[in-house]
Amino acid sequence: MTMTIMFAVLFYFAAGLLTVGLIYRITTYARTPAPLKIPTTPAPRTRAGVVMLMAREVFLFQSLFKGNLWTWLFSIMFHAGLALVLLRHIRYFIDPVWSWVIFIQPFGIYAGFLMVAGLAGLWGRRFFVDRVRYISTPSDHLMLALLIGIGVSGLVMKFVTHTDIVAIKNFFIGLMSFTLHPLPADNMIYLHLSLIALLMIIFPFSKLLHAPGLFFSPSRNQVENSRDVRHISAWAAKLESGK
Amino acid sequence: MAIEIKAPPYRVFNIAPAIKPGAMEKSKSFQANDKIQSDLGFPGIGVEDWHDRAIGKMGELLGKYRSLKVYMDACVHCGACSDKCHYFLGTADPKNMPVARQDLMRSVYRRYFTLPGKLFPWLVGARDLTREVLDEWYNYYHQCSECRRCSVFCPYGIDTAEITMAARDILDAAGYGQKYSNEIIAKVHLIGNNLGLPKPALVDTLEGLEEDVKEDTGLDIKFPLDVKGAEVLLITPSADFFAEPHIDSLIGYGKVFHAAGISWTLSSMSSEAGNFGIFIGNYEQMRKVALRIRQAALELGVKRIVVGECGHAWRVAYSFWNTLIGVGDGATDPYAIELQKQLDHRYKQPMHICELTWDLAERKIITFDKEANDGKIITFHDSCNVARGSSMGDYQGGQFEIPRNIVKAVANNFYEMREGTTHEQTFCCGGGGGLLTDDLLDLRVKGSLPRMEALQEVVDAHGVNFMACICAICKSQFTKVLPYYGFDRRLIGGVHQLVSSAIRLGDK
Repeated sequence: MTMTIMFAVLFYFAAGLLTVGLIYRITTYARTPAPLKIPTTPAPRTRAGVVMLMAREVFLFQSLFKGNLWTWLFSIMFHAGLALVLLRHIRYFIDPVWSWVIFIQPFGIYAGFLMVAGLAGLWGRRFFVDRVRYISTPSDHLMLALLIGIGVSGLVMKFVTHTDIVAIKNFFIGLMSFTLHPLPADNMIYLHLSLIALLMIIFPFSKLLHAPGLFFSPSRNQVENSRDVRHISAWAAKLESGK
Repeated sequence: MAIEIKAPPYRVFNIAPAIKPGAMEKSKSFQANDKIQSDLGFPGIGVEDWHDRAIGKMGELLGKYRSLKVYMDACVHCGACSDKCHYFLGTADPKNMPVARQDLMRSVYRRYFTLPGKLFPWLVGARDLTREVLDEWYNYYHQCSECRRCSVFCPYGIDTAEITMAARDILDAAGYGQKYSNEIIAKVHLIGNNLGLPKPALVDTLEGLEEDVKEDTGLDIKFPLDVKGAEVLLITPSADFFAEPHIDSLIGYGKVFHAAGISWTLSSMSSEAGNFGIFIGNYEQMRKVALRIRQAALELGVKRIVVGECGHAWRVAYSFWNTLIGVGDGATDPYAIELQKQLDHRYKQPMHICELTWDLAERKIITFDKEANDGKIITFHDSCNVARGSSMGDYQGGQFEIPRNIVKAVANNFYEMREGTTHEQTFCCGGGGGLLTDDLLDLRVKGSLPRMEALQEVVDAHGVNFMACICAICKSQFTKVLPYYGFDRRLIGGVHQLVSSAIRLGDK
């Protein structure tokens, strides 16, 4: 029961920090003015065009594809794998399980391998490409270790040790209605959940901010219409009136 | 200079070089003295509280520029940009990789502005801002030409140019300015152009030019100065007034206006398209330089503002003028309204000289004798600021098509350089962004390597003997570095130099 309480507290804390941290970050980005039009051209001239560009960046990693095919491949493997795994995990938070979540279940299981393989490829680049080795910091390595740890511990529970998944589901559904159901005593689930909580905690303080950051990147999200619409920030407008 | 400057050998395989740490750590542009600094209102060398001023400025910029704030946080060190910078490809110094150049500032950002950097600096590569760090900033942020090539490949669009600009603004605030750029900006404030040409010199030059052109063509082609009530105000880089091959393009603009019967004028007060305020990343300086153009346009009562061949000037004009001084459409604020009333909105404001020429050519108002350029086998170098920081025409990618359309309309022999070195992926000439100074010649020669390699290919394959471009800095830079790679320096020239040779004048 001690472990159950500890993990309950940990997940409330992690979820709270993740939510508050991300809201804080996103409002900071949104509130910081972009005084000049700086889309990397050629860029779309309409809002709809920008939405399409953003969609290609978010789902296909268009710029990275132009930049480096290996990095693109490993990144797509990791992110697509992670997305499927996350969607599959919805089943542990709802009851009854939605039919599309049941449908993707088999894909989601094997996506775990895709995710770990992609991460391994990305990590390999940090050792074998001299340029990438040069720019890697300890946190870059630890971040990959953390994600691989989450992926591998999950795969181990699915394919090797097995765990009492029904009890885990009860634990999380309980958390969502502020009631405690016991977490099964299983070291692998302790490891898996601890690493996930750690990831949630560091998210708003780390380079994982690339996810919200992309949506606020002026070189990508601005409409290229500088000659047609006057774009001026509040602080720059003050210079005008001070003149 | 102690070291002998020579061109690096071409790469055998078109891949990134193995890194050579420290290769360019000694490269240092001359520093601005106290006089130059104070001309721009910046503190001088050796200001006591440089550390607090730098950190204070950084905090200010983080609050004023979303680009800086997001770009400091978003990088994941994926390395997609690491082999995209011409200075890295030419020098192999790993700090010239865009990500590493950003990290020079990001490390300080993390230390002073993020929790992990305050608690565990070793973990996230955070460091204190020391004098050594500031020196490193100065050296390496003056090895970036702000060309934005890296931003094309970054999955988050991180633009190193934005970070370089912020770094230089911080350096200026800490008394650590660059002589070349700051001296030039002061000259614009004082006289009106980067070269410091006062009105009498300008009058003299333009009269001489009219005589030369008359001798050449037998026609009275005018190069008017300060003519009130002219239709067009031409804002062109001051190098066009005397430098080779720039002046040939100026002659080309004059012939286009003459052939089309458009009245036009230059301004002695505002005789510069270039705006080095963008290079030093200082909004107020950039705005102050641009304001001279608004003033000239209002005083001369012109209907249109046209910009000559200059890369960063066109970026500032196309992307920033509407913001800075209200030259453009759609302003609803009182400051720009007077100007808006005066300008003729049937035309794009501002307009690039290439847009003007191509529009006239399409409407057959001007015609060309293409054979006049048959001696030339031509390629086109996309200038970085035009390619990635601006556009032309009414459609996405007009900045690539319109100059090429002109070249193909005025000449018969045209070949593209290799894909991946043109259009949005063009390589910088190696001299942009405030680096076009002899104290950085070694860097400039090395930085032009990727462009020279691509040029060599079309020279070998097609006998190319002329590289056209639309940027004054590109023209000056190539004139200087081409000989280091065994080329004739006259291989570079302007698009309107070609127009000048082919345009039909008398028989219209």
